[in-house]
Formats: sequence, structure tokens, C-alpha cells
Amino acid sequence: MAMPFLSLRGITKSFSGVQALKNVDFDIEDGEIHCLAGENGCGKSTLVKIIAGAYQPDPGGSIAFSGTSLRHVSAIGAIHHGVGVIYQDLSLFPTLTVAENIAMSQLIAQGKSLVRKRRIHDLATRAVERIGIKLPLDELLGNLSMADQQLVAICRAFTSEVKLLIMDEPTTALTRREVDALFRVILDLKRRGTATLFISHKLDEVFEIAERVTILRDGEKIGTYQPAELDDASLSQLMTGMSPTYEAVEPPDPAGVPLLEIEGLSLPGNFRDISLWLLPGEVLGITGLLGSGRTELALALFGLNPASAGRILRDGRPVRIRSVRDAMGHGIAYVPENRLLQGLVLHQSVAKNLLLTVLRRLRTRFGFTDPERQREQVRQWIEEFKIKVPSPDARIETLSGGNQQRVVLAKWIALGPKVLILDNPTVGIDIAAKSSIHTIIRNLAGLGMGIIIISDEVNELVHTCNRVAVMAKGRMGPVFSGAGVSIQAIARAVAGNHGEMAG
Amino acid sequence: MKRLFRKSETYLLLVILVFSGVITCVNPSFFSLENLFDLLKSYSFLGILAVGLLVVLISGGIDMSFAAVATVAEYLTALAVMRWHGSIFMAFLIASLIGILLGVGNALLIYRFKIPTVIATIATMNVFYGILIMATGGKWIYALPENFGTFANLRLFTLVGQGGSQYGLSIITVIWLGVILLTAFILRHTITGRGIYAMGGCNADPGPAERAGFNVFRIHLFIYSYMGLLAGVAGVVQALLVQTVAPNSIVGKELNVIAAVILGGAGIAGGTGSVTGTVLGVALLAILGNGLTLMKIPSYWYDILIGGVILVSVTLNALQARKKRSKVIEIEEPAA
Repeated sequence: MAMPFLSLRGITKSFSGVQALKNVDFDIEDGEIHCLAGENGCGKSTLVKIIAGAYQPDPGGSIAFSGTSLRHVSAIGAIHHGVGVIYQDLSLFPTLTVAENIAMSQLIAQGKSLVRKRRIHDLATRAVERIGIKLPLDELLGNLSMADQQLVAICRAFTSEVKLLIMDEPTTALTRREVDALFRVILDLKRRGTATLFISHKLDEVFEIAERVTILRDGEKIGTYQPAELDDASLSQLMTGMSPTYEAVEPPDPAGVPLLEIEGLSLPGNFRDISLWLLPGEVLGITGLLGSGRTELALALFGLNPASAGRILRDGRPVRIRSVRDAMGHGIAYVPENRLLQGLVLHQSVAKNLLLTVLRRLRTRFGFTDPERQREQVRQWIEEFKIKVPSPDARIETLSGGNQQRVVLAKWIALGPKVLILDNPTVGIDIAAKSSIHTIIRNLAGLGMGIIIISDEVNELVHTCNRVAVMAKGRMGPVFSGAGVSIQAIARAVAGNHGEMAG
Repeated sequence: MKRLFRKSETYLLLVILVFSGVITCVNPSFFSLENLFDLLKSYSFLGILAVGLLVVLISGGIDMSFAAVATVAEYLTALAVMRWHGSIFMAFLIASLIGILLGVGNALLIYRFKIPTVIATIATMNVFYGILIMATGGKWIYALPENFGTFANLRLFTLVGQGGSQYGLSIITVIWLGVILLTAFILRHTITGRGIYAMGGCNADPGPAERAGFNVFRIHLFIYSYMGLLAGVAGVVQALLVQTVAPNSIVGKELNVIAAVILGGAGIAGGTGSVTGTVLGVALLAILGNGLTLMKIPSYWYDILIGGVILVSVTLNALQARKKRSKVIEIEEPAA
């Protein structure tokens, strides 16, 4: 049997006493497409950095490229053995040309101090041809789409001989069509003998072309599997060591006045003729591709992107929502997708963040702040939302993603909204934290709140929503409810709209 | 041709031509070779500083201390040259070394302690300038050596005007041209130059540049010591132009220099800007200043006009950036 391209044996790595990797064995065959999966903090990125030579493993393990065992792998050494890493942020330069972005690292590696346009162009052209794609070499990188920028990052890796391409979460920022284009490139590279290692933490597109999946948990390798052996439940069970239990979601009581109803809502360039209703105690999911208008619609309901035509009714009465103040006045709250940027003041304490929206309500009679009542309130929320913090004075940035998300939720729920809009509430957090957020959402609905979830993860919607609406190109598509809410049906509706888009 | 119209330099050139036309209509003496060579000489000081600041702005930083650096270099150089009867060459050498030294100080502060560039350089500006005033008591120097006067009047070629006045391409302008060519070459054709654009384009986050293999520390050192070097050169040029050295003659000119670079299309966010644009920015400032005088318009209009032009150009930049960000969704038309 031929030697695998890369073979790790007994790899252990600890950082100041914490074991990030424990005795991991890992192989990648020539030309193989392999997926490395696991929750945040399971050791995926540590393993990748060891392969790329950025970290050195603890003594005792061994690394071999094509059967040749190496005592020490440096970053340059890894490149010489054909390892190319594409980081999640791509590390590209928007104000340089595409050709420069591709060629620059190679020029630096060659120890050049002068730049010749000809040489840059030659290097870039060769890399682009090797991959078999077309890119506008003289264009500024910043003018390219996210997908094309990713191809530029791949080309940059291919200015030297690459036998193993490592990509960190490559599909999260791409539309379905762009993912397909990326996969064509990957498959083409495979035919020419280049292996690809994807890093992913969710069961997504990557699994479509992965030949093997290796799962890590708490620094240990759980096993290597065929993608066909895994489904969502077994994957999350392997990744977390727990089996998540989902209760069936009951349809809400159809009687009664909707909390929120919209009729023919339109905003040119954003969405057109959207009608929807939301009952008390109901969780409504809205999904669709990026650019389907779902986020724009949510922002319209929160007054950040007001609609130009159509009606909005709250408890059956028509209301005008032209600003965030209007929306909050009508009991509508919005938790943004990018919780780090929009929802929290990162370097302030948990307590200060929690109190941000309700400071006015906790005043003393004379209009000053009331530290005693604030402390009491914060303590109560931390308990209620199971926020894991050493103290209320801990800074937000020191919390895990899941706990940060709970602080955001608590902050808004403190306002006592009737309608809560959540934009991708569980992006980038691990499965255990995810399911606790789903439980919070169901509990809030149980209290009679109406909740709208915007999400890319059909899976998440199916397990939390009473109804799921699919949007495409600014218009409302099919709405699934009750027994009709199934992963297959919704995924097909989303993909179907994609088919039209491509045509 | 299409490419030409996508560049901000093209528009700047048009604005300059329009202004020149208007001024010439009001006072034809504006449109003369004599006036042109005179402007090229007297704006060399501002022009050298602007080219240096351009480099800093492209990297996503800013340097508020260059005027103080220029003053310190100018003053110490004048003292040294007077004591040792030094040549002009020695004057430039001393001023350059002082500028580089102070620039390296800025670079170390900014790189090692990650202090925001505005804060770091406002602080060093006050330190540099404060120490100079403390040590010298703010005394003016009038008795510059004779060779300062003769060198300042050197011309590459000399023409004779209608009234018998002599004019031509000053040696000082030639120094500015040298700075322009050198900077353009560095920015366009060296790894360091491209690294400056790369760093600035990532919101001054050095991470991506580091991962791509750039030596970010060396780039920082280059940026601020080059600014220091040019500030030193500009200090000597200032002494040559006015033939006296006053500790308070340069400080306060920072805003004019920043205005010229920003007018020249360099974004404050970093990553963009060109030497051509900056030279055009300086040209616009020069023409406005000179033109308003020739049209006998009060000088406060100059400030108002400069402020207005900066507001417009920065707003246009911001609008363009926003347009690029917001993606419009194509709404499907119902099948009728």
C-alpha cells in the first residue's frame, strides 16, 4: 500500500498546562478531500497549525510527509512540502491588484526587494492557469466578489507547488452557486493530485464532496468516517458527546388576533409585496439565500430600513414604523446577526451590557441611576439565562460565543418585547450552546412572545419554528407549517429558487 | 480612456484647469511662466512634506509631528552650520539625520506600544517642539551663512522677463522633483512600497500583511523615518526660502499639508493615494492661494475654500465607499 501524503502519529500539544490535542493520529491520502469537524475549541485549528508548521507539537509525536518522517516542521518547511493554508479571513489586500495579491508572498519568499510588473503578471498568470480559472488580474482585489476573492487566495497558495490545500470554513460567506464553482475547482485540483482539507463545524456543503470526515472532540480524535455514515444527529452526537433531544414543535393556536401582521410590504431594491402574520407564542422562521431580502425585511420591521409601501399591524391596529424608536415603542426588538459588532459593548462588563437597554427604567425618583436595583436585576438575569460568568463585572470579550449570545438575548428580553426578531442567532457558536439558545427561544415563545428567526440553517429552523417561510429574490415563496416543516422540503424550496436564479 | 475617467487625478486636473482659467480671466498676469516657476519654488516646502505625509496616509496612519520635526531639524542644522561654517550639503545631511532619528522614535512608539498614530504623533510633536523652545528660548536666527543665499538663488536655467526680471527653474524645485520621483519609485516598485499599500488597505491591521510574509516592523520603520527624512529636507528648504530660521514659522502648517494630500485623493482610511495625486493637490492649493491674491480676494476666503473642497472630496469618497458596500437585490418581476 502506498504511503499517505501526510501522516501524523501521537500528536499532543499543550498550552500552559491545557491540553489542546491528546495523542491524535491523522492521515491524509494523496488527492483526498478530507473534512476536519468538531466544535469550537476542540483542537481543529491547533491541528491545522501544527500541519502548517505554525506550532510545534509536544515531544513524542511524529509527522511524516509521503513516508519521510520529520523531526521538526517549520512554516517554511511545510510550504516546501506542499502545504498551503487559506485562512478564514483570507488575509488578502483589497487595495492591491489581483495579480499583486497572488504573487506578492512568492516574491517576498524569494527575498526580492524590488517589484517588477512583468514578473508579478507572469507569476499570477501561471498560478491562475494552474488552477484553470479566469480572474481579472489588473483589477483591484476590493472590487471582486467574496467568491472570487477566495479563488485569489487559492491562486496565491498555488504560486508554489501545493499538494495539500487547507481551507478554514470556506463556504460560510458564499452563495450556493459560488460554492458549486469552488467545488469544481477543488475537484479539478484533486484530479491533478492535490489533496484538500476542509475545516468545518457544521454539516454543510463541505460534506457533499468530502471523501472522509475526521471528528475531534476536546482535543481527542473520535474517529474518521464516510460522510454517508453521518447524519445531523449522529454528527452532533459525535462532536458533543451528547445526543440532543428535540421535541416536536406544536403549531400555535390559530385563533386570536396576530401579534404582528404585514400586508404587501415593499421597498424597491430590497423586497416586494411581502405578506405575513405572527401569532402570540409562535416562532416563525424566515430563510432564503443571502440576498433573498430576508435580512432587509427584518430590518424594515425594526425601523432600520423602513418599507416604502404596504401596511404593518400590531395587535390588529395599523402602525407606522419609520425608526428604531417606533419599533421599540410598538414592542418590537431585534437581535442582530453579528452579535460581536452590533449587539454588545465588548470591553465593558456583563452587568453594564445587560443594563444598557433598561437604564431609564431603573432610575431613582430623582432620575439618577440606582446601583442597588441594578445589581439585583443583573443577578436575576444571569441566573435566569444561565449565563456562565465568574462575576457580573467580567468583560464581555472574555466570554464564550454562546454566553455572549445569551447576554444579548437577556438584554433585549429585559425590555419586555412582544415581538422578538433574531437574525441568525447561533452563527459561529458550538452545538451545546446552540441547543441551549434554542431552548431559550422556545421558552420565550411559551410566555406568549412572538418570535421571528432569520437563519441559514434549515436544520435550526425545523427544530424551533412553528412555521418556516422561504424568501427568494425579494419575494415571499412557500410557507411551511406543522407537519410540512421538514428539512428536505425547505432545503428543496431554497435550492429550487437557486435553480431559477442560475437560469 | 475609460480608465482615465475612473481616476480621481483626472478630475483634480480638470478642477485645476477650470480654476486657472477663471483666475487668468480676472488677472492675466497669473498665466505666465514667471509666476509658474515662482510657485514651483515657493511651494516646494509644502510639496516635500506632502509627499512624505502621503506615504504615512497610505499606510493607514497619520503623522502630526512632521512640522515639529522639520522645525527641530531646521533650527539645529542652522546652529551647526553657523558654528562649523558647513556647506549646504552638510546642512542637508545633518537635517536628514535628525529627521530620521525623530521618525524612528515615532515608529518605535507606534509599532512597539501599538499607540494610535494620531495620539502618538501629537504627543511627540509637543515633546519635540517643547524641548526646542525650552533649549533655545525661541530666538530667531537671522545671520545664516552666505552660501545659503547663493544656493537658494541657483537656477537650472534662466529666462529674462519683459521687465528685465530674471526667472527660471530653481534648484529648490529640482530637490522637490527628486523627492517626487524617488517616492513614486519606492511606492510603486519596491516590496516595501507595496507593503505600505497592503497594510493600509486592511484598516491598518498588520495581521494579513504579516501572514503574507511582509516584515511589518521594517515597513513601520521605513514609513516614519522617511517622513522624518523629508521633514528634515523640508526644514532646510524652508530656511533657504525665507533666509531666516524661526522656531514658530513652520508649526501650524500641518493642516495645509494634510489638506493637499487629501485633496490629492489619498483616503484617510489608508490603502489609497498616489504621488501624482498629491502633486496635483499641492498644485491646487498653490493656484488657489496665488490666484486669490492676484484676484484681490481677502485671504480668509482661502481657508473657507480649502475647507469646502476637502469636505466635498471626503464626502464623495465616503459616498462611493457606501455605494460599493450596499448590494441591491434584484427583485423578480411577476410573470404577467
